[in-house]
Amino acid sequence: MSSIVDRPNAPESEQPGERKPISTGSEWTFDLIQEYDDEIAKCAGEFGLDTYPNQIEVISAEQMMDAYSSVGMPVGYHHWSFGKQFLNTAKGYQRGQMGLAYEIVINSNPCIAYLMEENTLPMQALVIAHACYGHNSFFKGNYLFRTWTDASAIIDYLVFARNYVAECEERHGVDAVEEILDSCHALMNYGVDRYKRPPPISAAEEARRQKEREEYQQRRINDLWRTIPRPDDDEDPVKRQRRFPEEPQENLLYFIEKNAPLLETWQREIIRIVRKLGQYFYPQRQTQVMNEGWATFWHYTLLHRMYDKGLVNDGFMLEFLQSHSAVVYQPPFNSPWYSGINPYTLGFSIFTDLRRICENPTDEDREWFPDIAGSDWLETLHFAMRNFKDESFIQQFLSPKVMRDLKLFAIENDDQEDHYMVTAIHDDPGYRPLREKLARQYNLSYREPNIQVWNVDVRGDRSLTLRHIPVDRVPLGEDTEEVVRHVHRLWGFDVHLESVDEGTVVEEYHCPPPDLNDE
Amino acid sequence: MGMTHIVDRRLNGKNKSAVNRERFLRRYRHHIKKAVADAVHKRSITDVERGEKVSIPTRDIDEPIFHHGQGGRREVVHPGNQEFVAGDMIPKPQGGGGQGGGQGQASPDGEGMDEFAFQITQEEFLDFLFDDLELPNLARKKLKDTEAFKYVRAGFTNQGIPAKLDVVRSLRGAHARRLGLGGARRKKIRDLEEQLEALKSAPEDLDPAFSHDDQIKVVEDEIARLKANVRRIPFIDEIDLRYRQHVKQPKPATSAVMFCLMDVSGSMTQMHKDIAKRFFILLYLFLKKNYKKIDVVFIRHHTSAKEVDEEEFFYSRETGGTIVSSALKLMHKIIESRYSPSEWNIYAAQASDGDNWNDDSPVCGKLLADSILPLVQYYAYVEITPQDHQMLWYEYEKIMERFPQSFAMQQIADPGEIYPVFRQLFERKAA
Repeated sequence: MSSIVDRPNAPESEQPGERKPISTGSEWTFDLIQEYDDEIAKCAGEFGLDTYPNQIEVISAEQMMDAYSSVGMPVGYHHWSFGKQFLNTAKGYQRGQMGLAYEIVINSNPCIAYLMEENTLPMQALVIAHACYGHNSFFKGNYLFRTWTDASAIIDYLVFARNYVAECEERHGVDAVEEILDSCHALMNYGVDRYKRPPPISAAEEARRQKEREEYQQRRINDLWRTIPRPDDDEDPVKRQRRFPEEPQENLLYFIEKNAPLLETWQREIIRIVRKLGQYFYPQRQTQVMNEGWATFWHYTLLHRMYDKGLVNDGFMLEFLQSHSAVVYQPPFNSPWYSGINPYTLGFSIFTDLRRICENPTDEDREWFPDIAGSDWLETLHFAMRNFKDESFIQQFLSPKVMRDLKLFAIENDDQEDHYMVTAIHDDPGYRPLREKLARQYNLSYREPNIQVWNVDVRGDRSLTLRHIPVDRVPLGEDTEEVVRHVHRLWGFDVHLESVDEGTVVEEYHCPPPDLNDE
Repeated sequence: MGMTHIVDRRLNGKNKSAVNRERFLRRYRHHIKKAVADAVHKRSITDVERGEKVSIPTRDIDEPIFHHGQGGRREVVHPGNQEFVAGDMIPKPQGGGGQGGGQGQASPDGEGMDEFAFQITQEEFLDFLFDDLELPNLARKKLKDTEAFKYVRAGFTNQGIPAKLDVVRSLRGAHARRLGLGGARRKKIRDLEEQLEALKSAPEDLDPAFSHDDQIKVVEDEIARLKANVRRIPFIDEIDLRYRQHVKQPKPATSAVMFCLMDVSGSMTQMHKDIAKRFFILLYLFLKKNYKKIDVVFIRHHTSAKEVDEEEFFYSRETGGTIVSSALKLMHKIIESRYSPSEWNIYAAQASDGDNWNDDSPVCGKLLADSILPLVQYYAYVEITPQDHQMLWYEYEKIMERFPQSFAMQQIADPGEIYPVFRQLFERKAA
């Protein structure tokens, strides 16, 4: 654990009334931003936050919309879906329905954070504390980010990807590239091996090896399919029995990239690019509660520390707290504004309560968290930040108090029953099941259907069979046909998808549809 | 600390999404074209200079992914419990639904979730409006026009071809040069001649040693030498030559003039005028996209024709009968005086309810065929009437047979037909 300096709770030398705020107005200037950042950085240092260097970029609202619509990638290849996103963002913003995010922060080294010029000075300070020290330290410390992304290489990789896609568009036409990208995007969430550590992304490496890979890949694919047209193989029962792939594969994009018979090399490369981007976003999809909770906890803590040091005045704090409470507001389930659990609220509550458990444990805490109650709060919070993802974080650290504060309850909806059932609430018998249920809700394989490559008919019609394993009989959604069509486009031969629940095929999707096949 | 780098990016391009936006419009061009066509049906004229809201069914625009559907058994944790205890049963609302898997969010603006609505700019609106429309002859004319340039005088130069020699300038230059080069010597000659005169007229000195003859000889020799010198100055030298200088300038053939002819007689109702108005606007916008400079001439007529401004053209009222030829005559006169066909692409659109004095219709046909059609790129006639045609229509039909390339006519019965008719009139013709 890093060396943590002093106890920030005990203000150093300031006497009450000896307030010397950095500024009092709400207009920001570059000098003021610099000054605030210096002071916030000092506070962050006191708490042992370990960050990448920061690059703060001040941008206009329009630029923020641009940044928004490329899902936060500072450099992106061109695709209509980003244009759609942009139109959507612009529409919402122009009608004033939606405030733009105060900030976007990119998991890169240096860590790039966008500040909107429209923000007031207190808002800029909040954003700096939240993004440049909160998110930034999370990116640098959390194990998923450390495992799955390489912050120092991402920008270069994005540049490589954009150039490569642009080159393909030039050589093969915008339409051809768009088709492949559409299909890849449909499978973007299925481009990760959850249990294998991937090689880190590196642009230089990519560019250097891309040529090599081209040749190698093609050879590999030829080898796989060379055996197909030899009918005498069929006589050999052992060979006939052997499945391909031998084990089900969950990384659909990888499997297609490596094995689809008809794809051209550039198409495989594009699949790879989308796969790598999926991999880059993979940690974010699994740490939303933690990441936002961590950043919110730190903007709250750092700016209070600033206040304690007399660096900001009451007016500043008032504006800051107003924004803060808006961010962590959790509408109840029956509110018209309710749209699920607010990850900011949940994460902030857990981290805040974790600190309380360390500093002022109750008997309940001692019973529930014997190892943590009364421990060093900074060490404990850092430990939690580093070693968990949402699912395990909730499972490990969601306390009865937070469940009570948020008044959590679980409802079961079974399509075979004509009633909803309340299965657990925030009471003694309910705490553990509630915590389990909430944790599971953040498990990716529970949130997204479990679909794997099951079989390729290597010696027959080359068809690809995917298998969906439903959980609790939850079927696939209405997009499924469409996605299967995309898989078919990539695979080039028949694609089948079967939902298999305890050995029984409960639903099937085929592309092309079987009735067309008959002709 | 000093670890933080602060950058002002506000001056960087903000249109990073422009390409993606364009890609989006390109992908959904069919939807957008339809929306634009609908908009043109409904819009009033003054509206044409703005963008348009386009809605596309969300279904067509979704990016599909694998996700959970409805059904099965699902447990969801919610906040804000008030009175529930474990084991409570809550009857399901009729019509199912219930806890979705986090798909389908509520629409923030109360718009149907089945519509993806967005705004296209005026520029884009017009692009879609005029997509794959082209005026006849346009391509040809355009091709010619881009090569057309004229020579403009740009002073004089001392190099050039004989044909461009400017004699007066050259001689004037030569004269000046001769003066400049010979002036001092001529003065000297004059002085010497005076001296010689004086010597000759002076009484003879007795002393031969002081005889004037020697001096006279010296002066005469000097004069002869100088004169020979002066004579050697060429009358005209190469450096005197001046040529007229011309530079190429692109001809303003990128300009077009559009004549709007409209019958404003009593038989034209407001509805007729509205339809005509929109038709003219369409034509104007269309030309605006193809030409840098467009003049618009508004000619309205009843029994007599008058050139008016736009305001008066569309909004003033008249009564009385109709003599179409008066407008054609005026148009011809205006072309002759202001719009030479060698410099202008001339388009004309005529709107009428078909009413005309029967005696006048043959006159119109003759005017068109003999003096107007040879000058114009395109002449479009729209007859706004749900009724049977009158004499003018049949007269114009003959014209259309004779001039299929430059004359077109259509009938419009209600506003919804304007755009289709417009398209039909200006449909891209294969080259």
